[in-house]
Amino acid sequence: MSEQKLVIVGAGHAAGQLIASLAQDKYQGAVTVVGDEAYPPYQRPPLSKKYLAGELALDRLYLKPVAFYEKFGTRLMLGRRVDRIDRAARRVVLDDGSSLDYSTLVLATGSRPRKLALPGADLPGIAYLRSIADVEAIRARFSPGTALVVVGGGYIGLELAAVAVKLGLTVTVLEQAPRLMMRGVGPVVSSFYERLHREEGVAVHTGIAVQGFEGDGRVERVMCDGMRVSADLVVVGVGALPNAELAQEAGLAATNGIDVDARCRTGDPAIFAIGDCTNQHHPLLDRRLRLESVHNALEQARMAAAAICGLPPPPDLVPWFWSDQYDVKLQTAGLSDRHDEAIVRGQPGEGRSFAVFYLSDGVLVACDAMNRTAEFMMSKVLIGAQARVDKGKLADERVAVKDSRI
Amino acid sequence: MAKITFETADGQEHTIEIANGLSIMEGAVRNMVPGIDADCGGTCSCATCMVYVPTEWADKLPAKKSDEEAMIEFCPHHNETSRLSCQIDVTDVLDGLRLKVPESQR
Repeated sequence: MSEQKLVIVGAGHAAGQLIASLAQDKYQGAVTVVGDEAYPPYQRPPLSKKYLAGELALDRLYLKPVAFYEKFGTRLMLGRRVDRIDRAARRVVLDDGSSLDYSTLVLATGSRPRKLALPGADLPGIAYLRSIADVEAIRARFSPGTALVVVGGGYIGLELAAVAVKLGLTVTVLEQAPRLMMRGVGPVVSSFYERLHREEGVAVHTGIAVQGFEGDGRVERVMCDGMRVSADLVVVGVGALPNAELAQEAGLAATNGIDVDARCRTGDPAIFAIGDCTNQHHPLLDRRLRLESVHNALEQARMAAAAICGLPPPPDLVPWFWSDQYDVKLQTAGLSDRHDEAIVRGQPGEGRSFAVFYLSDGVLVACDAMNRTAEFMMSKVLIGAQARVDKGKLADERVAVKDSRI
Repeated sequence: MAKITFETADGQEHTIEIANGLSIMEGAVRNMVPGIDADCGGTCSCATCMVYVPTEWADKLPAKKSDEEAMIEFCPHHNETSRLSCQIDVTDVLDGLRLKVPESQR
């Protein structure tokens, strides 16, 4: 058999974990990573938190030091793009026309910020936050008194708003939906975050549609339905799109992300896909979905590494997410979007610590925990077990969540 | 800078040097100490960087905060000597520390 050649397209969180897992699983082939950023695989979550705040040095973002890749013989081709996959020849073609042969190809192409298609949306001073380079550009304009308008009240926009207001900027958040973080958390939690940001001095507007941007050579105003907001800097965080085009152009199925099976294989047995760019059936949730999360990227990297090395798959885990805003740590276990009942423990209307449990037909399916690590951890276990729970006990502070199981 | 030894569940020892200011977890991850996964990158959210600290060293470490306590309770194989290595920043005082890594973090 000829030498095994593994090529990874993309150098984000999923790619970094894949390389680490392959090393741990003693993969014997040659590994090459092609990434279009200038950096080795790094953690994105701190970009809108500690790194933006200037509390974390660049090299502490890296998943592994550069020496690690040298030690395991991984070739990093950074600042390069893959333009095309030639599946028949098992070859990828790079942006300079050169090519790499593969025996196994892993697409870890991630996602990209959804861009606004509005008048003036390409004015200088309007930014998106996805990469180190994006943060450097935003941070260069972070000074006390700067008027920052955040378009989109999701995780990234709100984390950015929290950092910015602490640094003395004047911050306005504009969210089109009727409530904040609507895709990720339940209504009670959205209301809590609206109060939290107001208490910290952020102007929060929900249910407001941005109609465009104006300025003389640079953004100066955000035009909304019924109001205009002055802006020195605008950061847009309105969701992400999967980078699935490379796969689609190669004839691989992609419906809201590249379709993969339980082991992260695409329709071509030589090609895997992992991370934000994929769409996979989740056995615990019993539906196909595209998850944009660190946890999913790590788990899919481990799944793919095990499959590539001929090892049994890792266990199925409950998806989880986190967000840090001010002194509040949000930890979410499971997905709450299909719940039919929400049970609150603690006082969402005062203080900064409570939890919401989401049930579907009496079974715990999700939990949003604000500074409630114990509730989060216990919920994760119960959700994984698809446990039926006693609502009265869930709401009762005196009863441990694990004892709410029926 | 501190020299810290990790004994993994298979009995192997990994001695590494960690610069002051980094967490023990960061040092372990950078040096590929098996069993320290640290999925959340050090935000005390995932409980995959647990280590056992010998009792004679316990007093030299920063005290546990409530969220660390709560996370540890859900680590498989935790005991009263368990700590999350992401919550311990390295100082010279930790030179010579020996830690045990549990069998499973996940």
